[in-house]
Amino acid sequence: MEYRDYYQILGVERSAPQDEIKRAYRKLARKYHPDVSKEDNAEDRFKEVNEAYEVLKDPEKRAAYDQLGSNWNSGQDFKPPPDWDQGFEFHGGGYTEADPEAFSDFFESLFGRGGFTQGGFHRGRRQFHAHGQNTYARIAIDIEDSYTGRKRQITLKHSELGADGRPVVKERKLNVTIPKGVTEGQQIRLAGQGEPGMGEGKPGDLFLEIVFNRHTRFSTEGKTVYLDLPVAPWEAALGGKVPVRTPDGLVNLTLPANSKSGSKLRLKGRGLPAKVPGDLYVVVDVVTPPANTDAERAAYTAFRDAFTFDPRADSGHA
Amino acid sequence: MSPENEQPAVVLDESSQLTLRELCIACSLSAEQVMALMEEGVIEPYRAAGPMMFSGICVRRVRRVVRLERDLGVNHAGAALALELLEEIEQLRARVRRLERR
Repeated sequence: MEYRDYYQILGVERSAPQDEIKRAYRKLARKYHPDVSKEDNAEDRFKEVNEAYEVLKDPEKRAAYDQLGSNWNSGQDFKPPPDWDQGFEFHGGGYTEADPEAFSDFFESLFGRGGFTQGGFHRGRRQFHAHGQNTYARIAIDIEDSYTGRKRQITLKHSELGADGRPVVKERKLNVTIPKGVTEGQQIRLAGQGEPGMGEGKPGDLFLEIVFNRHTRFSTEGKTVYLDLPVAPWEAALGGKVPVRTPDGLVNLTLPANSKSGSKLRLKGRGLPAKVPGDLYVVVDVVTPPANTDAERAAYTAFRDAFTFDPRADSGHA
Repeated sequence: MSPENEQPAVVLDESSQLTLRELCIACSLSAEQVMALMEEGVIEPYRAAGPMMFSGICVRRVRRVVRLERDLGVNHAGAALALELLEEIEQLRARVRRLERR
Protein backbone atom coordinates (compact mmCIF):
# COMPACT_ATOMS: atom_id res chain seq x y z
CA MET A 1 0.00 0.00 0.00
CA GLU A 2 1.28 3.45 -0.82
CA TYR A 3 1.45 6.31 1.61
CA ARG A 4 -0.61 9.36 0.58
CA ASP A 5 0.50 12.85 1.45
CA TYR A 6 -2.82 14.60 1.98
CA TYR A 7 -1.19 17.98 2.57
CA GLN A 8 0.69 17.76 -0.71
CA ILE A 9 -2.49 16.76 -2.54
CA LEU A 10 -4.24 19.90 -1.30
CA GLY A 11 -1.07 21.98 -1.74
CA VAL A 12 -0.97 23.29 1.82
CA GLU A 13 1.62 23.29 4.62
CA ARG A 14 1.27 20.75 7.41
CA SER A 15 0.70 23.66 9.75
CA ALA A 16 -2.13 25.15 7.65
CA PRO A 17 -5.16 26.31 9.66
CA GLN A 18 -8.56 24.70 8.98
CA ASP A 19 -9.89 27.64 6.99
CA GLU A 20 -6.93 27.50 4.63
CA ILE A 21 -7.47 23.77 4.11
CA LYS A 22 -11.09 24.42 3.27
CA ARG A 23 -10.16 27.18 0.85
CA ALA A 24 -7.58 24.98 -0.90
CA TYR A 25 -10.08 22.15 -1.12
CA ARG A 26 -12.87 24.28 -2.59
CA LYS A 27 -10.53 25.67 -5.20
CA LEU A 28 -9.32 22.24 -6.29
CA ALA A 29 -12.81 20.78 -6.13
CA ARG A 30 -14.04 23.45 -8.54
CA LYS A 31 -11.08 22.81 -10.82
CA TYR A 32 -11.35 19.03 -10.95
CA HIS A 33 -15.05 18.38 -10.39
CA PRO A 34 -16.00 15.80 -13.06
CA ASP A 35 -19.10 17.81 -13.94
CA VAL A 36 -17.12 20.99 -14.45
CA SER A 37 -13.60 20.10 -15.49
CA LYS A 38 -12.30 19.45 -18.97
CA GLU A 39 -8.99 18.00 -17.78
CA ASP A 40 -8.45 14.38 -18.82
CA ASN A 41 -7.60 13.02 -15.39
CA ALA A 42 -10.16 15.16 -13.58
CA GLU A 43 -12.08 12.29 -12.05
CA ASP A 44 -9.02 10.69 -10.44
CA ARG A 45 -7.68 14.00 -9.20
CA PHE A 46 -11.08 14.88 -7.78
CA LYS A 47 -11.25 11.62 -5.84
CA GLU A 48 -7.77 12.22 -4.45
CA VAL A 49 -8.63 15.76 -3.39
CA ASN A 50 -11.85 14.59 -1.75
CA GLU A 51 -10.08 11.87 0.16
CA ALA A 52 -7.46 14.32 1.41
CA TYR A 53 -10.15 16.74 2.54
CA GLU A 54 -12.18 13.98 4.19
CA VAL A 55 -9.22 13.45 6.53
CA LEU A 56 -7.89 16.98 6.96
CA LYS A 57 -11.25 18.71 7.48
CA ASP A 58 -11.91 16.61 10.56
CA PRO A 59 -9.64 17.64 13.48
CA GLU A 60 -9.83 14.14 14.95
CA LYS A 61 -8.81 12.36 11.76
CA ARG A 62 -6.24 15.03 10.98
CA ALA A 63 -4.59 14.58 14.38
CA ALA A 64 -4.52 10.81 13.92
CA TYR A 65 -3.06 11.20 10.43
CA ASP A 66 -0.48 13.73 11.66
CA GLN A 67 0.88 11.38 14.27
CA LEU A 68 1.95 8.96 11.53
CA GLY A 69 4.77 11.50 11.23
CA SER A 70 5.99 13.77 8.49
CA ASN A 71 8.86 11.67 7.15
CA TRP A 72 6.70 9.72 4.75
CA ASN A 73 6.82 10.47 1.05
CA SER A 74 3.90 10.17 -1.30
CA GLY A 75 3.87 6.74 -2.93
CA GLN A 76 6.22 5.22 -0.35
CA ASP A 77 5.32 1.70 0.76
CA PHE A 78 3.20 1.99 3.87
CA LYS A 79 1.73 -0.23 6.54
CA PRO A 80 -0.21 1.32 9.43
CA PRO A 81 1.54 0.73 12.76
CA PRO A 82 -0.44 -1.57 15.07
CA ASP A 83 -2.90 0.32 17.26
CA TRP A 84 -1.86 3.51 15.56
CA ASP A 85 -5.26 5.08 16.21
CA GLN A 86 -5.53 4.16 19.85
CA GLY A 87 -6.88 6.99 21.87
CA PHE A 88 -8.61 8.52 18.90
CA GLU A 89 -12.30 8.39 18.60
CA PHE A 90 -13.88 9.04 15.24
CA HIS A 91 -17.20 10.57 15.98
CA GLY A 92 -18.09 11.20 12.38
CA GLY A 93 -17.55 7.61 11.37
CA GLY A 94 -14.92 6.71 8.83
CA TYR A 95 -16.83 8.22 5.98
CA THR A 96 -19.16 11.11 6.13
CA GLU A 97 -21.28 11.97 3.13
CA ALA A 98 -18.49 11.21 0.67
CA ASP A 99 -18.55 8.23 -1.65
CA PRO A 100 -16.64 5.42 0.09
CA GLU A 101 -15.90 3.45 -3.06
CA ALA A 102 -13.83 6.32 -4.33
CA PHE A 103 -11.27 6.13 -1.55
CA SER A 104 -7.86 4.48 -1.65
CA ASP A 105 -6.64 1.41 0.21
CA PHE A 106 -4.51 3.78 2.23
CA PHE A 107 -7.58 5.63 3.52
CA GLU A 108 -9.42 2.36 3.99
CA SER A 109 -6.67 0.92 6.20
CA LEU A 110 -6.62 4.01 8.41
CA PHE A 111 -10.23 5.08 8.69
CA GLY A 112 -12.28 2.32 7.12
CA ARG A 113 -13.32 0.60 10.30
CA GLY A 114 -15.45 3.37 11.73
CA GLY A 115 -17.49 3.48 8.60
CA PHE A 116 -20.74 1.75 9.08
CA THR A 117 -21.64 2.60 12.64
CA GLN A 118 -24.18 5.19 11.65
CA GLY A 119 -27.82 4.24 11.34
CA GLY A 120 -27.60 1.24 13.62
CA PHE A 121 -28.54 -2.10 12.19
CA HIS A 122 -31.09 -4.12 14.05
CA ARG A 123 -30.02 -7.66 13.62
CA GLY A 124 -31.59 -10.76 15.01
CA ARG A 125 -35.14 -10.91 16.18
CA ARG A 126 -36.50 -7.94 14.34
CA GLN A 127 -35.95 -7.98 10.64
CA PHE A 128 -35.12 -4.77 8.94
CA HIS A 129 -36.36 -4.10 5.42
CA ALA A 130 -35.12 -1.31 3.24
CA HIS A 131 -34.74 -0.53 -0.44
CA GLY A 132 -31.20 -0.78 -1.69
CA GLN A 133 -29.48 2.42 -2.75
CA ASN A 134 -29.30 3.46 -6.37
CA THR A 135 -25.87 3.37 -7.93
CA TYR A 136 -24.67 6.02 -10.39
CA ALA A 137 -21.77 5.56 -12.78
CA ARG A 138 -20.46 6.75 -16.12
CA ILE A 139 -19.74 4.64 -19.16
CA ALA A 140 -17.66 5.69 -22.19
CA ILE A 141 -18.69 4.27 -25.56
CA ASP A 142 -17.91 4.95 -29.21
CA ILE A 143 -20.35 6.87 -31.39
CA GLU A 144 -20.63 3.80 -33.62
CA ASP A 145 -21.90 1.80 -30.61
CA SER A 146 -24.97 4.01 -30.48
CA TYR A 147 -25.78 3.24 -34.13
CA THR A 148 -25.81 -0.50 -33.62
CA GLY A 149 -26.47 -0.92 -29.92
CA ARG A 150 -23.70 -2.93 -28.34
CA LYS A 151 -22.96 -5.35 -25.55
CA ARG A 152 -20.49 -4.10 -23.04
CA GLN A 153 -19.10 -5.59 -19.89
CA ILE A 154 -18.70 -3.16 -17.04
CA THR A 155 -17.08 -3.55 -13.65
CA LEU A 156 -18.74 -1.94 -10.66
CA LYS A 157 -17.37 -1.53 -7.17
CA HIS A 158 -19.61 -1.60 -4.18
CA SER A 159 -19.18 -2.08 -0.47
CA GLU A 160 -20.71 -4.84 1.58
CA LEU A 161 -20.50 -5.59 5.26
CA GLY A 162 -17.97 -8.37 5.84
CA ALA A 163 -18.31 -11.10 8.45
CA ASP A 164 -16.55 -8.91 11.01
CA GLY A 165 -18.93 -6.02 10.42
CA ARG A 166 -16.37 -3.97 8.49
CA PRO A 167 -17.14 -2.79 4.98
CA VAL A 168 -15.43 -4.69 2.18
CA VAL A 169 -15.22 -3.28 -1.32
CA LYS A 170 -16.28 -5.88 -3.85
CA GLU A 171 -16.24 -5.91 -7.63
CA ARG A 172 -19.09 -7.02 -9.78
CA LYS A 173 -19.15 -7.57 -13.51
CA LEU A 174 -22.25 -6.88 -15.50
CA ASN A 175 -23.15 -7.39 -19.15
CA VAL A 176 -25.01 -4.39 -20.44
CA THR A 177 -26.56 -3.90 -23.84
CA ILE A 178 -26.15 -0.27 -24.77
CA PRO A 179 -29.49 0.64 -26.34
CA LYS A 180 -29.49 1.87 -29.92
CA GLY A 181 -29.61 5.63 -30.32
CA VAL A 182 -28.27 6.77 -26.94
CA THR A 183 -26.86 10.28 -26.99
CA GLU A 184 -24.12 11.89 -24.97
CA GLY A 185 -25.15 12.76 -21.43
CA GLN A 186 -28.16 10.47 -21.46
CA GLN A 187 -28.86 8.20 -18.54
CA ILE A 188 -29.74 4.56 -18.91
CA ARG A 189 -31.36 2.65 -16.10
CA LEU A 190 -30.83 -0.99 -15.19
CA ALA A 191 -33.58 -2.01 -12.82
CA GLY A 192 -32.49 -3.89 -9.73
CA GLN A 193 -28.75 -3.58 -10.44
CA GLY A 194 -27.99 -1.02 -7.71
CA GLU A 195 -27.08 -1.96 -4.17
CA PRO A 196 -28.87 -4.92 -2.61
CA GLY A 197 -31.77 -4.17 -0.30
CA MET A 198 -31.90 -5.26 3.31
CA GLY A 199 -34.28 -7.96 4.47
CA GLU A 200 -36.97 -8.26 1.86
CA GLY A 201 -36.30 -4.78 0.51
CA LYS A 202 -35.81 -4.56 -3.24
CA PRO A 203 -32.39 -3.74 -4.65
CA GLY A 204 -31.79 -0.24 -5.99
CA ASP A 205 -31.32 0.63 -9.66
CA LEU A 206 -28.13 1.27 -11.55
CA PHE A 207 -27.94 4.51 -13.57
CA LEU A 208 -25.28 4.84 -16.22
CA GLU A 209 -24.46 8.18 -17.80
CA ILE A 210 -23.34 7.88 -21.42
CA VAL A 211 -20.15 9.63 -22.50
CA PHE A 212 -18.81 9.34 -26.07
CA ASN A 213 -15.14 8.67 -26.67
CA ARG A 214 -13.59 11.45 -28.75
CA HIS A 215 -13.46 10.57 -32.41
CA THR A 216 -11.13 12.14 -34.97
CA ARG A 217 -13.80 12.46 -37.68
CA PHE A 218 -17.21 12.35 -36.02
CA SER A 219 -18.85 14.48 -33.39
CA THR A 220 -22.41 14.78 -32.13
CA GLU A 221 -24.89 17.30 -30.83
CA GLY A 222 -27.82 15.36 -29.48
CA LYS A 223 -28.88 13.02 -32.26
CA THR A 224 -27.20 15.09 -34.96
CA VAL A 225 -23.89 13.72 -36.15
CA TYR A 226 -21.19 15.76 -37.91
CA LEU A 227 -18.59 14.18 -40.11
CA ASP A 228 -15.59 15.85 -41.77
CA LEU A 229 -15.01 15.00 -45.41
CA PRO A 230 -11.63 15.97 -46.87
CA VAL A 231 -11.88 16.66 -50.62
CA ALA A 232 -9.37 17.75 -53.28
CA PRO A 233 -9.83 21.25 -54.83
CA TRP A 234 -10.90 19.70 -58.17
CA GLU A 235 -13.49 17.50 -56.44
CA ALA A 236 -14.89 20.55 -54.67
CA ALA A 237 -14.99 22.58 -57.89
CA LEU A 238 -16.25 19.97 -60.32
CA GLY A 239 -18.46 18.00 -57.96
CA GLY A 240 -19.15 14.29 -58.37
CA LYS A 241 -19.49 11.07 -56.42
CA VAL A 242 -17.34 10.72 -53.32
CA PRO A 243 -17.30 7.64 -51.08
CA VAL A 244 -17.95 8.54 -47.45
CA ARG A 245 -17.38 6.22 -44.49
CA THR A 246 -20.24 7.14 -42.15
CA PRO A 247 -20.64 5.56 -38.69
CA ASP A 248 -23.45 3.62 -40.38
CA GLY A 249 -21.42 2.26 -43.29
CA LEU A 250 -20.20 3.38 -46.70
CA VAL A 251 -22.27 5.96 -48.58
CA ASN A 252 -21.71 7.26 -52.11
CA LEU A 253 -22.24 10.97 -51.68
CA THR A 254 -22.93 13.35 -54.54
CA LEU A 255 -20.80 16.40 -53.99
CA PRO A 256 -22.34 19.46 -55.71
CA ALA A 257 -20.09 21.49 -58.00
CA ASN A 258 -18.40 24.53 -56.38
CA SER A 259 -18.61 23.21 -52.83
CA LYS A 260 -16.71 25.28 -50.31
CA SER A 261 -14.79 24.40 -47.19
CA GLY A 262 -17.27 24.37 -44.33
CA SER A 263 -20.37 23.76 -46.44
CA LYS A 264 -22.65 21.15 -44.95
CA LEU A 265 -24.38 18.39 -46.83
CA ARG A 266 -27.30 16.87 -45.01
CA LEU A 267 -27.99 13.15 -45.08
CA LYS A 268 -31.47 13.01 -43.64
CA GLY A 269 -32.04 10.39 -40.98
CA ARG A 270 -28.45 9.07 -41.02
CA GLY A 271 -27.65 10.54 -37.60
CA LEU A 272 -28.21 8.60 -34.38
CA PRO A 273 -31.15 6.20 -34.68
CA ALA A 274 -34.48 6.96 -32.98
CA LYS A 275 -38.18 7.07 -33.80
CA VAL A 276 -37.28 10.31 -35.56
CA PRO A 277 -33.62 9.66 -36.29
CA GLY A 278 -31.10 12.48 -36.26
CA ASP A 279 -29.48 13.85 -39.39
CA LEU A 280 -25.91 13.39 -40.50
CA TYR A 281 -24.07 16.47 -41.72
CA VAL A 282 -21.06 15.95 -43.94
CA VAL A 283 -18.83 19.00 -43.57
CA VAL A 284 -16.66 19.65 -46.63
CA ASP A 285 -12.99 20.29 -45.95
CA VAL A 286 -11.03 21.31 -49.05
CA VAL A 287 -7.44 20.13 -48.76
CA THR A 288 -4.84 21.62 -51.10
CA PRO A 289 -1.98 19.38 -52.17
CA PRO A 290 1.57 20.78 -51.85
CA ALA A 291 3.49 21.54 -55.05
CA ASN A 292 6.73 19.59 -54.78
CA THR A 293 7.66 18.40 -58.28
CA ASP A 294 8.10 20.43 -61.47
CA ALA A 295 4.93 18.89 -62.89
CA GLU A 296 2.96 19.89 -59.82
CA ARG A 297 4.31 23.45 -59.88
CA ALA A 298 3.44 23.64 -63.58
CA ALA A 299 -0.09 22.51 -62.80
CA TYR A 300 -0.51 25.24 -60.18
CA THR A 301 0.88 27.81 -62.62
CA ALA A 302 -1.62 26.76 -65.29
CA PHE A 303 -4.29 26.89 -62.59
CA ARG A 304 -3.33 30.48 -61.74
CA ASP A 305 -3.24 31.56 -65.38
CA ALA A 306 -6.67 30.10 -66.09
CA PHE A 307 -8.39 32.23 -63.43
CA THR A 308 -8.95 35.84 -62.68
CA PHE A 309 -9.44 35.12 -59.01
CA ASP A 310 -8.54 37.33 -56.06
CA PRO A 311 -9.25 35.60 -52.73
CA ARG A 312 -8.63 38.93 -50.93
CA ALA A 313 -10.91 41.03 -53.12
CA ASP A 314 -13.38 41.86 -50.34
CA SER A 315 -11.11 41.80 -47.35
CA GLY A 316 -9.38 45.15 -47.69
CA HIS A 317 -5.89 43.71 -48.19
CA ALA A 318 -3.82 45.35 -50.87
CA MET B 1 -17.44 -13.63 -10.21
CA SER B 2 -18.74 -14.52 -13.66
CA PRO B 3 -20.77 -11.89 -15.47
CA GLU B 4 -24.45 -12.08 -14.79
CA ASN B 5 -26.99 -12.59 -17.50
CA GLU B 6 -27.57 -9.79 -19.85
CA GLN B 7 -29.30 -6.79 -18.35
CA PRO B 8 -32.04 -4.92 -20.16
CA ALA B 9 -31.35 -1.19 -20.10
CA VAL B 10 -33.92 1.57 -20.33
CA VAL B 11 -32.95 4.92 -21.82
CA LEU B 12 -34.10 7.99 -19.92
CA ASP B 13 -34.53 10.62 -22.61
CA GLU B 14 -36.91 13.36 -23.65
CA SER B 15 -39.62 10.85 -24.50
CA SER B 16 -39.62 8.97 -21.18
CA GLN B 17 -42.18 10.23 -18.69
CA LEU B 18 -41.66 9.93 -14.97
CA THR B 19 -44.09 10.68 -12.17
CA LEU B 20 -42.83 12.73 -9.24
CA ARG B 21 -42.49 9.50 -7.28
CA GLU B 22 -40.48 7.82 -10.03
CA LEU B 23 -38.25 10.85 -10.39
CA CYS B 24 -37.61 10.89 -6.62
CA ILE B 25 -36.69 7.21 -6.63
CA ALA B 26 -34.45 7.62 -9.67
CA CYS B 27 -32.61 10.54 -8.08
CA SER B 28 -32.56 9.13 -4.52
CA LEU B 29 -34.20 12.29 -3.18
CA SER B 30 -37.31 13.07 -1.15
CA ALA B 31 -40.31 14.76 -2.78
CA GLU B 32 -39.52 17.94 -0.80
CA GLN B 33 -35.99 18.03 -2.19
CA VAL B 34 -37.21 17.52 -5.75
CA MET B 35 -39.90 20.18 -5.33
CA ALA B 36 -37.26 22.62 -4.07
CA LEU B 37 -35.27 22.07 -7.27
CA MET B 38 -38.45 22.58 -9.28
CA GLU B 39 -39.00 25.94 -7.58
CA GLU B 40 -35.44 26.86 -8.50
CA GLY B 41 -36.20 26.06 -12.15
CA VAL B 42 -33.71 23.20 -12.40
CA ILE B 43 -36.48 20.93 -13.67
CA GLU B 44 -39.91 21.60 -15.09
CA PRO B 45 -42.89 19.25 -15.19
CA TYR B 46 -44.66 18.69 -18.52
CA ARG B 47 -47.95 20.19 -17.45
CA ALA B 48 -49.22 22.06 -14.44
CA ALA B 49 -52.70 20.51 -14.36
CA GLY B 50 -53.20 16.86 -13.45
CA PRO B 51 -50.41 14.72 -12.05
CA MET B 52 -46.98 16.16 -12.72
CA MET B 53 -44.88 14.29 -15.26
CA PHE B 54 -41.16 14.79 -15.83
CA SER B 55 -38.92 14.06 -18.79
CA GLY B 56 -36.10 11.54 -18.47
CA ILE B 57 -33.46 14.24 -18.86
CA CYS B 58 -34.52 15.65 -15.48
CA VAL B 59 -32.69 12.76 -13.82
CA ARG B 60 -29.37 13.94 -15.20
CA ARG B 61 -30.01 17.58 -14.27
CA VAL B 62 -31.04 16.74 -10.73
CA ARG B 63 -28.12 14.37 -10.16
CA ARG B 64 -25.69 16.99 -11.43
CA VAL B 65 -27.12 19.62 -9.12
CA VAL B 66 -26.91 17.19 -6.20
CA ARG B 67 -23.25 16.49 -6.97
CA LEU B 68 -22.40 20.18 -7.37
CA GLU B 69 -24.06 21.05 -4.07
CA ARG B 70 -22.45 18.18 -2.21
CA ASP B 71 -18.96 18.64 -3.62
CA LEU B 72 -18.63 22.38 -4.09
CA GLY B 73 -20.69 23.72 -1.21
CA VAL B 74 -22.99 25.82 -3.42
CA ASN B 75 -26.69 26.31 -2.70
CA HIS B 76 -29.65 25.54 -4.99
CA ALA B 77 -29.42 28.86 -6.83
CA GLY B 78 -25.67 28.56 -7.36
CA ALA B 79 -25.94 24.98 -8.58
CA ALA B 80 -28.78 25.91 -10.92
CA LEU B 81 -26.67 28.69 -12.41
CA ALA B 82 -23.65 26.38 -12.73
CA LEU B 83 -25.84 23.79 -14.44
CA GLU B 84 -27.02 26.23 -17.07
CA LEU B 85 -23.52 27.56 -17.71
CA LEU B 86 -22.16 24.02 -17.94
CA GLU B 87 -24.77 23.05 -20.50
CA GLU B 88 -23.88 26.08 -22.56
CA ILE B 89 -20.15 25.35 -22.26
CA GLU B 90 -20.75 21.80 -23.41
CA GLN B 91 -22.43 23.01 -26.58
CA LEU B 92 -19.65 25.52 -27.19
CA ARG B 93 -16.93 22.94 -26.61
CA ALA B 94 -18.61 20.56 -29.06
CA ARG B 95 -18.71 23.33 -31.63
CA VAL B 96 -15.08 24.29 -31.02
CA ARG B 97 -14.01 20.67 -31.41
CA ARG B 98 -15.85 20.51 -34.72
CA LEU B 99 -14.29 23.70 -36.00
CA GLU B 100 -10.79 22.84 -34.81
CA ARG B 101 -10.74 19.62 -36.75
CA ARG B 102 -10.73 21.51 -40.03
